[in-house]
Amino acid sequence: MAAYDRGYADPRRLHGPGRDARLLLDNARAVVAECLDVRADEVTFTASGTDAVHRGVLGIRRGSGPVAHSAVEHSAVVHAATWAGAATELPVDRSGRVDASAVPEDASVLAVQSANHEVGTLQPLAALPDGVPLFVDACASMGRLPLPDRWDALAGSAHKWGGPPGVGVLVVRKGTRWVSPFPGDDRVDERASGFENVPAALGAAAALRAVVAERDEVNARQHALVEEIRAAAAAIPDVEVVGDPVDRLPHLVTFSCLYVDGESLVTELDRLGYGVASGSACTASTLTPSRVLEAMGVLTHGNVRVSLTRDTTPEDVAGFLAVLPDVVRELRARVGL
Amino acid sequence: MTGADLELDCRGMLCPLPVIELGKRYAEVPVGAVVAVLADDVAARTDIPAWCRLRGQEYVGEQPPGRYLVRRTS
Repeated sequence: MAAYDRGYADPRRLHGPGRDARLLLDNARAVVAECLDVRADEVTFTASGTDAVHRGVLGIRRGSGPVAHSAVEHSAVVHAATWAGAATELPVDRSGRVDASAVPEDASVLAVQSANHEVGTLQPLAALPDGVPLFVDACASMGRLPLPDRWDALAGSAHKWGGPPGVGVLVVRKGTRWVSPFPGDDRVDERASGFENVPAALGAAAALRAVVAERDEVNARQHALVEEIRAAAAAIPDVEVVGDPVDRLPHLVTFSCLYVDGESLVTELDRLGYGVASGSACTASTLTPSRVLEAMGVLTHGNVRVSLTRDTTPEDVAGFLAVLPDVVRELRARVGL
Repeated sequence: MTGADLELDCRGMLCPLPVIELGKRYAEVPVGAVVAVLADDVAARTDIPAWCRLRGQEYVGEQPPGRYLVRRTS
């Protein structure tokens, strides 16, 4: 609230409130830079994570060759590559890990996420070829995990770490050539466009600091709880737990139940008090299954994605695991299996 | 077109119904025989090979598009 009192003005103006807003914006930038262990002048606040992804992928592109991206990228990356008119998809293995050997030599930019947003698998960024500008979509991991070592530009989204919506973070490594793919603007920061939402940027920075401060403890706890869910789900007949069991995000787990429809599964679990997501076609507005599950070649129906929050307790998980086998059994019985 | 010993017409069914149909009826053919699933739901393209993997059956391929062939191996 104090941020709204002091940070309402245009940080580009020289009057008192403008200077005040500029100070607050620079402060937010410094906090984010410190949390991510990057330089403050590498950090730009954007209008959303999607905006940061678009500016990152397209801004560091060199030449007009293919925009190569893994088949399991967030749709923001896929849309940017398609918009550029040169998308090339790189296959992934069954756990969702990109095939680093498939990058075309003439690629103009390579876009690979830090971690997959649906199945949690961490990508082998260190194995990717040198010589092609590398954009890393770090939206799923930013705050929870330190940044990977390899990237020329990367993007994050504040709402993913518990910050406000409408704030993205674009980080462009010092020395990387970045050219705006969109019409320019006359902001203080050349990579930004439009009047920055200073209060929201401050909120994003404060939330990031809080997440980073407690991540060692929270990650260890969530990693162990997810381990429990993975083991229990895998013990249910014909349930496939997907994503890498070890090299993964700490808080996310995805599995698919054979012969069960995703919508009924989500609805039934919701009725019992467990809010889960799904990558099944019947739960999507487009009625097509998750591209991620498709690319991995794993079952797309009966899919459940459980995302733990920082205050999910072992009791919550135990309660969920107590009802899950019966819910799956009941739904299968309804279709005669 | 590769012949099949059993043809399941699942056109018009949404996921997971084609896979449920396959799961219920593949055992009607002897081991070594082929079941064809006709499906126009896009999820079948991923889910039928995945079913084969999970149930230890052999996925033969899609021929022509929208017709998925499975060989019963056990």
